[in-house]
Amino acid sequence: MEGEDEASAQMIDEIYANGGDSSQRHRPIINGEQLDIEAYAALYSGRTKIARLLFIANRCGVVSMELEALRMAYDEVKKGENTLLFRDVVPKINGRLGSNYGPDSAWTEAVDRRAEQRKEKLESELNAYRTNLIKESIRMGYNDFGDFYYAHGALGDAFKNYVRTRDYCTTSKHIIHMCLHAILVSIEMGQFTHVSSYVGKAEQNPDALDAITVAKLRAAAGLALLEAKKYKQAARKNKVIDNINFRNFLELVPEVRELINDFYSSHYASCLDYLGNLKANLLLDIHLHDHVEMLYDDIRHKALIQYTHPFVSVDLGMMANAFKTSVSGLEKELEALITDNQIQARIDSHNKILYARHADQRNATFQRVLQTGSEFDRDVRAMLLRANLLKHDYVLKSARKH
Amino acid sequence: MNLNMNSVESLVAQIQGLSSSGDDIAHLHILLKQSEELLQSESTRLAVVLAELDPSKHSLGYLYILEACTAAPISKEQANEVILSIARFINECAAEQIRLAPDKFISVCKRFKDQVILFEAPMRGVAPLLTAVRKLKTTSEQLTALHPDFLLLCLLAKCYKTGLCILEDDIYEVDQPRDFFLYCYYGGMICIGQKRFRKALELLHNVVTAPMSTINAIAVEAYKKYILVSLIHLGQFSTSFPKYTSSAAQRNLKNFSQPYIDLANCYGNGKISELEAYVQANRENFEIDNNLGLVKQVVSSIYKRNIQRLTQTYLTLSLQDIANTVQLNSPKEAEMHVLQMIQDGEIYATINQRMEWLDS
Repeated sequence: MEGEDEASAQMIDEIYANGGDSSQRHRPIINGEQLDIEAYAALYSGRTKIARLLFIANRCGVVSMELEALRMAYDEVKKGENTLLFRDVVPKINGRLGSNYGPDSAWTEAVDRRAEQRKEKLESELNAYRTNLIKESIRMGYNDFGDFYYAHGALGDAFKNYVRTRDYCTTSKHIIHMCLHAILVSIEMGQFTHVSSYVGKAEQNPDALDAITVAKLRAAAGLALLEAKKYKQAARKNKVIDNINFRNFLELVPEVRELINDFYSSHYASCLDYLGNLKANLLLDIHLHDHVEMLYDDIRHKALIQYTHPFVSVDLGMMANAFKTSVSGLEKELEALITDNQIQARIDSHNKILYARHADQRNATFQRVLQTGSEFDRDVRAMLLRANLLKHDYVLKSARKH
Repeated sequence: MNLNMNSVESLVAQIQGLSSSGDDIAHLHILLKQSEELLQSESTRLAVVLAELDPSKHSLGYLYILEACTAAPISKEQANEVILSIARFINECAAEQIRLAPDKFISVCKRFKDQVILFEAPMRGVAPLLTAVRKLKTTSEQLTALHPDFLLLCLLAKCYKTGLCILEDDIYEVDQPRDFFLYCYYGGMICIGQKRFRKALELLHNVVTAPMSTINAIAVEAYKKYILVSLIHLGQFSTSFPKYTSSAAQRNLKNFSQPYIDLANCYGNGKISELEAYVQANRENFEIDNNLGLVKQVVSSIYKRNIQRLTQTYLTLSLQDIANTVQLNSPKEAEMHVLQMIQDGEIYATINQRMEWLDS
């Protein structure tokens, strides 16, 4: 069992490196300067390091940075046994890094051969376990298979094998183990529905989970929700993990701390500045890139709404100043928000003042009641009519008779 | 030959004698039913006999004979006379007598409608058919087979106001589903003509959601108009059907009206130039369906809708800004639109001429 724990601890680290590192990832990023790839990559290990490097290479658009990222990815791949990924990396480099970084066919063949042998060995072992019907051994066998496929990049097979261990789980620890494996692989595959379902399974476990596991599960769930664009819930989940150590984490990431402070003390211009600085680097994050634009828009809207909230009238010139934008640009943004019904106000475009609108609740209610009444009346009449048509069975004749 | 002649003569005598009390009329009805064949064979010579009867007193007998003598094809020369004589009968006949033989009455009225249309004088048919509908129906909730014919004549004669008086009654009893479909469809068109869009939507909605086992052309056309009217009136259109809609309609209607669905999507984006380009590109489709006029109303309604939205957002706005946001060519044009809308009571605003901005 000791070996077990070790393995699961290691795996937890792996998941951590993959997913819920909500604050660590910001550490090397200082005031929006060019991302220091080496420092960034040092934060991660294993597959995720390679994946992140490749992602940066794809996205950054600067040739020197791209090659740097690819070079590190190449080195990293060679340390492992993942020939699939290797074949992916080589054409991307396309000989631009000299002969040392070419398609190393000898290495790939050797690795592939070794892998083939290992697979045969694992298969025979598993068959032996299965004939003996020892649950624990079968579970270990499938687990090994999962690890093997994972190392070689066959994520689908790895997932299948990890999930198969489920039938042979005897303790709740095993189930958690299985769930964590499945979550890890699903994140890599981008199958975020699996992630949330396995998080749910793990959380249903009757035994109390230790703090780290809980945090990992929350982080994975947060990530899954992020992918599903449910930002609000994702934020809440992430908050829960950070709760105790939130402040400490923030100290590590001065920008984010400043940003949040500014947001809450209404220094919107500097808050948005910080955000602007972070943007370039967030775009290079493997999980966040899709959502950066939308999150930024949301943050900006939220700031605008908060700004207008306490006032009866707001001078647009001053507001534009606070948000470092032009009056006409601000007018357009406010117009969109008013149309969306997010701000209850009207713009005096001639005097450049925003007036809060005080809706006449009483009148509005009467209007709504009257409208509901007439709609109800209309619906009931239509319903009676349809009921009568059905009652006399006019349905079937309708199209054929004439 | 002689015998036949006598039979018709004796039948006329019977009609004259048996048209006063209720019992007599019931007896006469049986006699008339028995002599239907006789009337058919003698149809050519019956016109003369009609002169001997009084349509207001001998309504039932008159109806049988009139029906028989209009059964034969009617030549162009006779048409005018036939129209006149049927119109006179409809005006004078006694309601309680003709209700005994509604089929005969309906078939006479339908021939009348056909003749009026052939004669290209639908206006002449409007008033008699309204009388016919009123005489035929026993309750205000009943939909007779003459309702759609009456509405059709109203449409052809452009007498929309006259048509409305029938549409105000709520209908619950239906004889033929086809009549119901046509009634609602024509009714919807009449309401559109009078710009009573709410009622029009209600009627067209009835067609679309009526129980049906197979799709029919009336429902398809009604659905197209339903899309357009709901864009004009509500400024939006939801492609989802209410759940009581028949499955045949849910499956097929959208396929038959794709250009209209696309138009609604285009409208939803709120971009005027895109909408106009789309209408231009699909002009033929709409023209074939005779819906181009409605489509044009849809286009002009998007201007209104956008201006209305501006008044929700702005207290004051210069005409130039209005023109820019609503994509009008000049402040002058914006002013015309705003002015029109203020006149129609669609927005509450004043235009400040000196500074050229809008107070809402």
